[in-house]
Amino acid sequence: MSHISNPNDAYQDTPLDQAALDEAVRVAEKAFAAAADLDALVATRPLHLGDRAPVSQARRAIGTLLPAQKADVGRRVNTARQALQSAYDVRHLELIAERERRVLAEEAVDVTLPTTRRPRGARHPLTTLMDRIDDLFIAMGYEIAEGPEIELEWYNFDALNIVPDHPARTTMDTFFAEDPGLVLRTHTSPGQARVMTTRKPPIYIVCPGRVYRTDELDATHTPVFHQVEGLVVDRGITMAHLKGTLDHLARAMFGPEAGTRLRPSYFPFTEPSAEMDIWFPQAKGGPRWIEWGGCGMVNPRVLRACGIDPEVYSGFAFGMGIERTLMFRHAATDMRDMVEGDVRFTHAFGMEV
Amino acid sequence: MRVSLSWLREHVEVSAELTAADLEAALVRVGLEVEEIVDLRTAVTGPLVVGQVRSAEPVPKVKKPIRYCRVDIGEGEPRGIICGAPNFVEGDLVAVALPGAVLPGDFAITARKTYGRMSEGMICSGLELGVSDDHDGILVLPAGCAAPGTDARALVGLDDVVVELAVTPDRGYCLSARGIARELAHSLGVAFRDPAGVRTPAVGTPTPAYPVRVNDPAGCDRFAARVVRGIDPTAPSPDWMRRRLAVAGVRSISLAVDITNYLLLDLGQPMHAFDLRSLRGDLVVRRAVAGEQLTTLDGCERVLDPEDMVICDAELANGLAEGTPVSLAAVMGGQTSEVVADTVDVLFEAAHWDPVMVARTCRRHKLSSEASKRWERGVDRDLCLPSLELAVRLLTEHGGGTVDEPVLDLDTGPVPTPITLAVDLPARTADVPYRPERVVEVLTSIGCTVAGDDPLVVTPPTWRPDLTDPADLVEEVIRLDGYDRVPSVLPIAPPGGGLTPAQRRRRSASRSLAEAGYVEVLCYPFVGHASLDALGISPDDPRRQLVRLRNPIAESEPAMRPTLLPSLLAALRRNIGRGQRDVALFEIGRVFHPGPAAGRVPPVLPVDRRPTDAALAEANAVVPAQPWHVAVVVAGETEPAGWFGSGRRADWADAVEAARIVAAEASVELTVQAATYEPWHPGRCARLLVGEHLVGHAGELHPAVCATLDLPRRTCAMELNLDALPLSGTVTAPAISTFPPALIDLALVVDRATPTGTVERAIAEGAGPLLESVRLFDVYAGAQLGEGRKSLAYNLTFRAPDRTLTVEEAVAARDAAVATAADRCGAALRGT
Repeated sequence: MSHISNPNDAYQDTPLDQAALDEAVRVAEKAFAAAADLDALVATRPLHLGDRAPVSQARRAIGTLLPAQKADVGRRVNTARQALQSAYDVRHLELIAERERRVLAEEAVDVTLPTTRRPRGARHPLTTLMDRIDDLFIAMGYEIAEGPEIELEWYNFDALNIVPDHPARTTMDTFFAEDPGLVLRTHTSPGQARVMTTRKPPIYIVCPGRVYRTDELDATHTPVFHQVEGLVVDRGITMAHLKGTLDHLARAMFGPEAGTRLRPSYFPFTEPSAEMDIWFPQAKGGPRWIEWGGCGMVNPRVLRACGIDPEVYSGFAFGMGIERTLMFRHAATDMRDMVEGDVRFTHAFGMEV
Repeated sequence: MRVSLSWLREHVEVSAELTAADLEAALVRVGLEVEEIVDLRTAVTGPLVVGQVRSAEPVPKVKKPIRYCRVDIGEGEPRGIICGAPNFVEGDLVAVALPGAVLPGDFAITARKTYGRMSEGMICSGLELGVSDDHDGILVLPAGCAAPGTDARALVGLDDVVVELAVTPDRGYCLSARGIARELAHSLGVAFRDPAGVRTPAVGTPTPAYPVRVNDPAGCDRFAARVVRGIDPTAPSPDWMRRRLAVAGVRSISLAVDITNYLLLDLGQPMHAFDLRSLRGDLVVRRAVAGEQLTTLDGCERVLDPEDMVICDAELANGLAEGTPVSLAAVMGGQTSEVVADTVDVLFEAAHWDPVMVARTCRRHKLSSEASKRWERGVDRDLCLPSLELAVRLLTEHGGGTVDEPVLDLDTGPVPTPITLAVDLPARTADVPYRPERVVEVLTSIGCTVAGDDPLVVTPPTWRPDLTDPADLVEEVIRLDGYDRVPSVLPIAPPGGGLTPAQRRRRSASRSLAEAGYVEVLCYPFVGHASLDALGISPDDPRRQLVRLRNPIAESEPAMRPTLLPSLLAALRRNIGRGQRDVALFEIGRVFHPGPAAGRVPPVLPVDRRPTDAALAEANAVVPAQPWHVAVVVAGETEPAGWFGSGRRADWADAVEAARIVAAEASVELTVQAATYEPWHPGRCARLLVGEHLVGHAGELHPAVCATLDLPRRTCAMELNLDALPLSGTVTAPAISTFPPALIDLALVVDRATPTGTVERAIAEGAGPLLESVRLFDVYAGAQLGEGRKSLAYNLTFRAPDRTLTVEEAVAARDAAVATAADRCGAALRGT
């Protein structure tokens, strides 16, 4: 292959000599590799790629050669020049990447530091528990009814078949307003009576809210507490519908294993009446029946007092205490924690229960 | 009501294998709630035997009457037992718990040395064995009842099950062993023997047992009486009766009185035993007259009411009405006519009283008795004669004497009204296909007389005055067939509308305040004037008009809150007292203001039909206004210091911001103005308006209020009437311009007293529609501005919907803003 130059040719000992070119490239590569950072790399540039660098001088010397030699020498010088530039670029990229790595490492933070600058508050678990029950019934097409807390005796008692001198009036320990005819509602049922006196069936409502009885505050009683009551009045409503609704509620609140049991009982506003127990699989101390609330078929006398024809319509009603529900659903042991407003209690529940 | 299984067994055929758990389940199934069930058969474990006291020597040098007893327990050699009870003598039979026995309360008996002797067991009292509350002394067993060493359980009553039932108000008949046994028979499907089924005269004799006149048959529709003469007043009540009374928690008094108490518990018929000797003349049953007095058995002198019924001795005159009361009818006897220790002639009375009359009398005199509890709930009116028959039998059997022939029975009672029942109503109500024969069977089994096929004509038994409506009979059918047979079917409701806008808004407000750092509390809504004094609320403030309670929990808080703040601040203080430093609380709840017709007596509304709209409206006018309010209170740091920097204390602006958070959830814009309003700091109180309408206040509390309530200085608060916020309409979507904005900063100098809100409004109105936003980024007051001046620096953003604004356009709009601000607020462009 005659066109390949002999390294030991006539240009020996001049910058155009192949050995000198190779040496220049070797020295430059070494210098680039030795540059510890970008600044050091840039500082090597004049020596190896600048005008006075050996390869640059060699390039200029090409002009002095015979035309026959120019092509061959030019090619070799260019090869050396490209090797130099490429070595420089590679090292440059390396050092940029290294600098980025270093900056990122320097910017590392302790991600376990606390991040809350403005602490969040919390909603009261009684509120969120009522919301949850409300939402379940809303999803079934029910509406949420409300009524006043200072209520006419007629709605709280008379309309619900608790006539004056009925023993049930004395068993519900009632707060009376000084003004005649007014009580603090002892249950949320008067809210239902208000709906029944103003709307035509079908009625599918739940009535959550605050109620009052003259109990002393202790671990399991409070004079101010909360209930959710449900009422359905429609054609052909049966006790089976009551049972089905309670079963659904129990499963939604206590899991798919939960179920209900009805025990005969007495409430003036329902006939038949029942106490409702739930089968609570997660109960502290093992699965068991827990008394949850009262229920029954709306007494036809109540329908009549509210202007609904009991020959056409029937209904069911149920109610349960929210404090009590919170107690066994969340293993809360003292009702005082629910009324005193200690933020530690409420914080534990956050925004949802 | 407490009864024992052995007592019930007299009236119902219960299998000997019935466990306590079976008994409980059987009672619960028919609606008798079991409060407590104690199986005495398992109450004591280990050796409990009959012992005979051979000797009982006082332990010397001990002050207490301690005796060292030698007790024969059938082992040959008597055991030594130390005992402190003085109520037994040598030869008595006693119950002895031997080492290894465990008494109720996990009380293990061991042999131990005490008072210098070995005591190898314990001589037991009724209380220690759990069979009575009697701890007066140890149980002495009847002489000769068993040989020493015999198991003592059966002899002391430890072979029984005691059950306590909560009886609902409709089931008065279950306040008796008779009623409970009947229900148990239904539940277990076994035979019932009616204790009232004794042979008895069907009617009174022509000559009365004692002359009685009933002047008010509405209050007393039956009055029966019989007389027993010549009893032994010292004769004791039989053991079995005393034991049953003890189970029921009734103290034994005397044979005649014990018999009336026993029959009250056994049959449910309240009775009275008069000492015949103490009666002077005829008995008159009438209403009391105003001013009459009677000292009842509890020693209380009572002023009677014209609605009370009394039994009077016609011979005794008090000048007010015929005769003088000797008994508060149906509730409690009087002291003068009571059977006493030497009574030999007894007049038993068994009557039937109006339940409503009894209920009112009890409430009026704040007096409730075992008798009145039963009258209020309804007593079988046909029990009078059987009760008297059993009473005279028991008295003569155990106390001797002879029964007078005459029987008094004044009966003016109503004929029972039958109930018409569609035969398929129980099936339609329960969704259980009861056959007509089944309906008839159940109703017959509870004592009803049933006629007809469909509808059925049902006459309830005399002991079920609660059965008045078809629904009551429906319940009986479903109950006795079993509630557990009712299927579970979810009804399909018609489509609903979801939460109302007001309900949604309340929830959003709650959630966003919680997100903003506030913790919800639900406070008691009771206040007193002292609560309002502490807030510095003046006496003529409308918030002083309170809805007051007749029977408050605490006399110091006799009214319903007109503002959420007192109870919310109390909760704040409680949290700080428990060691919290930074506390932010909120409450959403109702407050109460007397209505326009406060104090007016609402009309009497009917219950047999819907009241008219007019009557309902008139009644509702007295109901107080009860709007929903939202309030926050905050003390300490809202943003605590941390690694990121120093903290920020809550201040008035947080309170105003809380109001804005709520308003934003309601999609309304609040106008904030300076105001003076208690309990806020007069210079740091904002009035919150929607349009022209005042909806609340916010700011820092008055320092004096913080001091009075022992709250941290600079505690802040906000209260807003949620119901006063208008419900927002539908939002119109904005047109979003994609042309670039022109940003111009603007510094205006105004009087320091000029509210920034006013300046900002002037800028916005002056700048016109090209202004996209205005943001105050600095407030500065310094000497070079001049005394009483401040500089307000704003970022203004201008943008046109349809083009890129030129600099000239933006500057022109800025100048217009400045001009309006100058015009309205005296503002000057800073640096000019």
